[in-house]
Amino acid sequence: MTGNFRKLWAGLALAAVMLAALATAGVPKRLVVLSGVVWFASLWFTRMWPTASAVAAPAAARPDTDAAARDAMCAALERVGLPIVLMRGHRIVAANAAAREAFGAHIVGQDARLALRHPDAVKLLYLADGGSVTISGLSGSGSLWQLTRQRIDERYWTIELRDRSAEADIGRAHTDFVANASHELRTPLSAIIGYVETLAEDPGRVDPETTARFLAIVLREARRMQSLVADLMSLSQLEAEKHDLPTERIDLGQMAARVVGEFPAVAPSGRQAGAARPAGPRVVLSRGQEDVGAIGDAKQLEQMLRNLIDNALKYSDSDQPVEVSIARGKRGMAMVAVRDHGAGIAPDHLPHLTRRFYRTDPGRSRAAGGTGLGLAIVKHIVERHRGKLDISSKLGDGTQVTIHLPFAAPAVPVDTAPGPASGSNLAASGQIGTKPGAIAKPVS
Amino acid sequence: MVAEHMVKAFDEEISQMRGLIAEMGGLAELAIGESMEALVRGSQALADSVITRDKRIDALEQEVDKLAIQIIALRAPMADDLREVIAALKIAGILERIGDYAKNIAKRTGKIEGREAFDPLTLIPAMAEIAAEMVHDVLTAYAARDAVGAQEVVERDAKVDAFYDSIFRNLVSFMVERPATITTAAQLLFVARNLERIGDHATNVAEQVYFAATGDYLGDRAERPEN
Repeated sequence: MTGNFRKLWAGLALAAVMLAALATAGVPKRLVVLSGVVWFASLWFTRMWPTASAVAAPAAARPDTDAAARDAMCAALERVGLPIVLMRGHRIVAANAAAREAFGAHIVGQDARLALRHPDAVKLLYLADGGSVTISGLSGSGSLWQLTRQRIDERYWTIELRDRSAEADIGRAHTDFVANASHELRTPLSAIIGYVETLAEDPGRVDPETTARFLAIVLREARRMQSLVADLMSLSQLEAEKHDLPTERIDLGQMAARVVGEFPAVAPSGRQAGAARPAGPRVVLSRGQEDVGAIGDAKQLEQMLRNLIDNALKYSDSDQPVEVSIARGKRGMAMVAVRDHGAGIAPDHLPHLTRRFYRTDPGRSRAAGGTGLGLAIVKHIVERHRGKLDISSKLGDGTQVTIHLPFAAPAVPVDTAPGPASGSNLAASGQIGTKPGAIAKPVS
Repeated sequence: MVAEHMVKAFDEEISQMRGLIAEMGGLAELAIGESMEALVRGSQALADSVITRDKRIDALEQEVDKLAIQIIALRAPMADDLREVIAALKIAGILERIGDYAKNIAKRTGKIEGREAFDPLTLIPAMAEIAAEMVHDVLTAYAARDAVGAQEVVERDAKVDAFYDSIFRNLVSFMVERPATITTAAQLLFVARNLERIGDHATNVAEQVYFAATGDYLGDRAERPEN
């Protein structure tokens, strides 16, 4: 800036000398004054020049303005719950915490199309005035996002992303629930109505022995309806909170020990009376010394494990052990596995196992008191915890169900062991008290 | 995050190329979803829109080709840049194929008869979902240059294959029982086949993503588990 001023004064001096020379050389006064005005005016405008070069100069140092914009953005929007990204052209120059969580930290510095590759989103990126679109499947199947692109200035834009998945799910969950429930409840209900009608029509003619048999069937069918209703309730509950991430840290080893402890040491007698059984527990837990934790909902994770152990017990002979193992998996995941040594499942059935009411052997499942919802519930729980469910099985060798959940490092020393343990204990006892149907399934 | 280059325009070109790949991927993902929806609901209009939109994928593939050749010719990229360009070139080709398979599914929409009473039709969407998820995840891995994520997609291919076997057997027994449905069931066999190919191609993309990120080839997939 000082350089500019020096140039200005030098220019003015030069102009004055020249004008004086012209005047002494006998040039008409009017012409001298006129050229003087032009000269001084042009000098004045060159003094104004820096405002124009100020635009050009930072162009060389553009990363600085990016950085400044990024800082301002981070400070103001980092903690906003709504995912927001700041863009220059088609490049994302900053993204707040919510956006990084939803689409990954890698989106910063990349072309926006890499994160938002849905054709409608790409179209939105090219709209001259910005706008808003609703897009499904942006972050996994079934998700629904509303994108709004707004201009800040000539170069910068923001895109605001609103998660609408929860709203879209409500309708779908509702129709599913009604269809499933009505179909599965009708079967036991028609049996109950049939038998009760026979008994009610002419009470005298049915002999006491048959009456007792009929009543036993009615009771069994009613129990089945009861456990079905309990399972359907927990499914719809899961569906409702599918999109809120659990927050509590669970020590999976402790939780597994607690659930495994609930199962009786020797399978209840009755089904195969007289069969030789080795003493000791049927459900065996193996876990390392390491504290394996995951962020989760204690009640749900317990239900998940309970369902899996239930299945394993149901589909293997009563003298075969069921192994539960907790370990640290690869890629920052915690692993929970339940293995049985039963008959195994034919590969044909594997892809369908988690579908509601899918049964590989309907007769056997019903006889064992299954509702056909156990694995569907497990799948929903795993999905809510952002985990992965894998079922592998070999005929004659048994089935292994493996669940990977995002690993959570041990909590800060203040509340390591006693904190989560006592909390989840409470949750467990609460569940035992409130939902008997889901835990102690009647074994006929 | 890849280090910046001395020539800023080079970065812009690479970024543009990756953007084009992502755009193709987005179109392919949408095509899979919509073609299945058209097939299950019997919506010819939706099927037609999938078929017309496929032209855009083809155009994008050419654009990627041109840009890749231009980058190789003018910038002579080395090491990870060269891998990036080569991988993009190959991925564009694979995504174009995935788009074709989706288009092929859409074309079969009008050939399904007796939609309401045809049970096997309910099996296919579950398989499509797995295949579409693989495509989605591999594109996310591409965007993040995530080699481990790519590897995971490769491992998931076995699931689609198992699904295909299951649907195949299911449809064949269905045809044996009800010869009147053979035409429709045969169409669905091809749909299942297309989905199986989409899964395979997703693993091919994953291999390229792995290659671009690490410079190594993903191991032979022969040692994968039986089911």
